[in-house]
Amino acid sequence: MTDNSKVNWAEIEAKPAFRSLLARKAKFIVTATIFFLAYYLALPILVGYWPELMKRQVWGKVNIAYVFALSQFFMAWIVAFIYVRVAAKWDKEAADVIKDQI
Amino acid sequence: MSVPLIMFLAFVALTLLITFWAAKKNTGASAYFAAGRSITGWQNGLAVAGDYMSAASFLGISGMICFSGYDGFMYSVGFLVAYITVLLVVAEPLRNAGKYTMADLLAYRLKPRPVRALASLSTLTVSTFYMIAQMVGAGVIIKRLIGLDFAPAVIGVGLLMLVYVVFGGMLATTWVQIIKALLLIAGAMLLSYLVLKFHNYSFTAFFEAVSKADYAGTAEPKNLLEPGLKFGVAVAGPWGPLDLVSLGLGLVLGTAGLPHILVRFYTVPDAKTARSSVVWAMAIIGLFYIMTTFFGFGAATILKKALITTVDGKPDTNMVAPILAQVLGGELFFAFISAVAFATILAVVAGLTMSASASFAHDFYSNVLHHGKENRPGQEVKVARITAFCVGAVSIGIAIYLGPSVNAAFLVGLAFAVAASANLPVIVLSVFWKRFNTTGAVCGLSVGLVSSIVLILLSPNGMFGKAGALFPLENPGIVSIPLGFLAAWLGAILTARDPEAEAKFAELKVRAHTGLGSEKATAH
Repeated sequence: MTDNSKVNWAEIEAKPAFRSLLARKAKFIVTATIFFLAYYLALPILVGYWPELMKRQVWGKVNIAYVFALSQFFMAWIVAFIYVRVAAKWDKEAADVIKDQI
Repeated sequence: MSVPLIMFLAFVALTLLITFWAAKKNTGASAYFAAGRSITGWQNGLAVAGDYMSAASFLGISGMICFSGYDGFMYSVGFLVAYITVLLVVAEPLRNAGKYTMADLLAYRLKPRPVRALASLSTLTVSTFYMIAQMVGAGVIIKRLIGLDFAPAVIGVGLLMLVYVVFGGMLATTWVQIIKALLLIAGAMLLSYLVLKFHNYSFTAFFEAVSKADYAGTAEPKNLLEPGLKFGVAVAGPWGPLDLVSLGLGLVLGTAGLPHILVRFYTVPDAKTARSSVVWAMAIIGLFYIMTTFFGFGAATILKKALITTVDGKPDTNMVAPILAQVLGGELFFAFISAVAFATILAVVAGLTMSASASFAHDFYSNVLHHGKENRPGQEVKVARITAFCVGAVSIGIAIYLGPSVNAAFLVGLAFAVAASANLPVIVLSVFWKRFNTTGAVCGLSVGLVSSIVLILLSPNGMFGKAGALFPLENPGIVSIPLGFLAAWLGAILTARDPEAEAKFAELKVRAHTGLGSEKATAH
């Protein structure tokens, strides 16, 4: 187990590999967050302010509103799937950064 | 003895056995507060899902969809999408940098005493409101299902959950939650299956029926798939659509600030498992809320209106799911769904009490009052047990005082609003913003807390009712969340930089993103 008081945190933080990892991580998280918030908030905005458009039926009695709502579930799952895929790579890089500490 | 009662007693017996087993394993604070960090990914995923799919979700949403159609389904959507915030922003840094509570993450690089005191206050506020809502729901439902009176029912639920929390700690609470989640999913699947069977296993026929839902011929047919029955301008007035947007924002950002959800990520061995548990939770929660399509909309095509209306003619939203089970599956299935509803309330209340008492003992008692030093080993756990007892007693008291008629949705809305406006801004800024300081956190927490409570009190659900409301929206999120962020940001930039907090930011970053030095599992 690592003794936290003996770790030189500033030194690790300054490593180019760590900085680069964090920059890519931040970029992904910000992009994904903007995307999912926009996709999600589009639903109440469209449903609230353009109800007639959303009531249009596309498959039998199923309308755009329901299809869009259902698509949110898949959007969430897909974002999670992509995140887990890239995060697995980051795990390896993070382990490399701290491998001389353990 | 009625069948629901027997099924419920079976559940109680099983969970008490688990509590007994957990109590023997409870040695030390990490075991009590974080289940020894020994819970696996899928187990924690089920527990998170269990904590989330409360009575308000299961009974409340099926009722809301049955009466308000599509607009009720909007809750289902928001409840799942919210987990992306948990996954991307909160779960892993929290697990890596913290120990037992949400405040651990905030206090990491800021001055611990003011931050922990406020975070603890906000945790207790969120948990207590949420819990009173569940308790009131419990009282009402138990009265309908088993025939026990409101006050004895509330006291019974309160005492049982105290047994789990006080003796079994986080380990027992987690397993109670896992079992309940499995029962709930099984119940929801069977219910959905029976609805589809009713419509001859045809999706086309199902949606056809929903588009002219007439409550088995007892009401004018209406198309429940069309939005607007709850938030539309025609029903809710000009502010309706904005209220819907505000609700969505509150749901999506509030979940990541709910203390009883956040503490679950301390029960797993590392951040990677925390991540996989969110994914498990998303699979389970998504499946469950998609199924609300069938037992929510479906109920409106199958049930006669008289069955789901109270004596004074109001929609009896909480009874839709159990009655649907009774009509489609007979007495035995009714008993099963009732017992599941009962188990749900019990488990969620236990989870809430656990997180409230952990925050009080760890944040307020140990760190604010005693500067982080434990005078005697085991004191923190002892204080947590006493707090659990007090929180339970207070909630039972308030729930009985407010009585069965209090609006449970109002209390849950308040919990989400406080979580999104007070907790989330400071969590995000302390993890991602170097310049953030203690004043910023104090401002963010207090403005978020106060503004969401005040706005709800002034809303149509609040003190002055619909006519006298000073704030037009039922959901304050769209105002109070930006206010929380703004206050946290202004508080930080208008005061001096804090060199210590900025220096510790490097440490927090390394720890949050690599897991170096994080709390290790203690139990096996």
